[in-house]
Amino acid sequence: MTACESMPNLQREAVASAERFYFDSLARGQFMIPRCSSCQKFHFYPRVICPHCGADTLLWCAASGEGVVYATTTVRGKAGSHNVCLVDLQEGPRMMSSVVDLDDHAQAQIGMKVLASIRQVDGAPLLVFVAAGDRT
Amino acid sequence: MKRSLRGAVAILGTGMAGLGDCGGMTEQEIIAQAAHKAVAASGLVMAQIDGIITSSLTSPWWVMRMAEYLGIQPTFSDSTMFGGSSFIADLKVAAMAIEAGLCEHVLVCYGANPRSVPSSSQINQMRAALDPQPFEHPYKPFNPVSSYALAASRHMHEYGTTRQQLAEVAVAARKWAQRNPEAFMREPLTIDEVLSSKPISDPLTLRDCCLVTDGAGAFVVSSAKRARDLHAKPVYVLGTGHAHWHRQISCMPDLTVTPALQSGRLAFEEAGLTPGDIDVVQLYDAFTINPILFLEDLGFCAKGEGGAFVSGGRIAPGGDFPMNTNGGGLSFGHPGMYSIFLVIEAVAQLRGDCGDRQVDKADVALVHGNGGVLSSQATAILSHSV
Repeated sequence: MTACESMPNLQREAVASAERFYFDSLARGQFMIPRCSSCQKFHFYPRVICPHCGADTLLWCAASGEGVVYATTTVRGKAGSHNVCLVDLQEGPRMMSSVVDLDDHAQAQIGMKVLASIRQVDGAPLLVFVAAGDRT
Repeated sequence: MKRSLRGAVAILGTGMAGLGDCGGMTEQEIIAQAAHKAVAASGLVMAQIDGIITSSLTSPWWVMRMAEYLGIQPTFSDSTMFGGSSFIADLKVAAMAIEAGLCEHVLVCYGANPRSVPSSSQINQMRAALDPQPFEHPYKPFNPVSSYALAASRHMHEYGTTRQQLAEVAVAARKWAQRNPEAFMREPLTIDEVLSSKPISDPLTLRDCCLVTDGAGAFVVSSAKRARDLHAKPVYVLGTGHAHWHRQISCMPDLTVTPALQSGRLAFEEAGLTPGDIDVVQLYDAFTINPILFLEDLGFCAKGEGGAFVSGGRIAPGGDFPMNTNGGGLSFGHPGMYSIFLVIEAVAQLRGDCGDRQVDKADVALVHGNGGVLSSQATAILSHSV
């Protein structure tokens, strides 16, 4: 298990938004997800209260970056197509993301093993996934 | 202990206006026309309406604007936003208000004009900004279609559901629409045409998606006791259920199981009925995968068997399971939020008012509304007798 760091104390820190911490972490090149120190479960998207047990004692952990595609669609836009998928993270939670760097969007398949990658999209860091084995 | 509202209230008159293309009339104008028809058909005048429920995809002030427009001063009003499922979820709210003695006659109404007055890109951006989803929007899903496409992909993966089975839903809806002079799209439609129409978000094509039309609908809910004095054919609300488990598709626990599982169970329990007692169903078909999921979750077939259930023309005219008899959101019309038309069609079937599309035996109807991205599910069971 990767070491977790305590979430900033919500009572004292002016900038203690879980949402902000997640995106700030991505900007630092880290994919962090929250884990409850009470029930030990991970959750996503990041909240200030554990959605599993209601505790407010949360730890931030570096995610393994490993996941499996749970559902997938190719969005057919005027300017081209792109993948939108749901990925089940190895730690348990599910998130929306996109499988990138494929030759053909049809290659994004349910059950496919993927690895997290942080890319700059529209001027902001975005967590996407690549096919496992094609780590970039 | 939960108090049963079985048969406590009834639907009286219904009304529709501005269907298809309303020629640029405002939303308030077509809603007012539908409301006026519903109130008149209830044996009432507008001044007797002391409760109103309506909501809007855009305006948070909608119920005040509509009451002002109609010239009424309600003692009960509600404008909770449950997406497209709102006007079936509202049946329970209306029943609670009437049973609590807060009002006597509740007008439920909705309308929109997205076909003749398309939302500006500015309004669309505003809607997204007012309901921020920072963990989904950056991935650019073409919502709501992409969220339903994700659910379809998962159902196909787990249960072998096919695109042909999805297309059966659209083709059956079109066949019903051909029997409904008020339906917007009545040209013949084949399975192949659905499969080969423009891809939107795989596996869903244009014809897997509901229409974008104008239209307004309204109905009046009153106590069952008053209803019998006011209307020759009141339609009683035997059971209702409402459930929501998520807002965003990424937070839906299992993409093949919707909260219709819970809303349906609640409605059947209150009504004291089972799926076998239902003669005609109206299920919100925003996308072809929806009725397949709802048939399973509501208990009409086992999980995973929805695709086979809708196949072979079973849900089309002449099939043994009459469903979405007005043509549905896929072919009748779909002005942003659709569930008010499910109620109006079920009431018409129960009254025997459906002409060429009338179901032979229509004693008990089930209506099921969907809101958001499979997020909010509302079920009601209706009958002409208690």
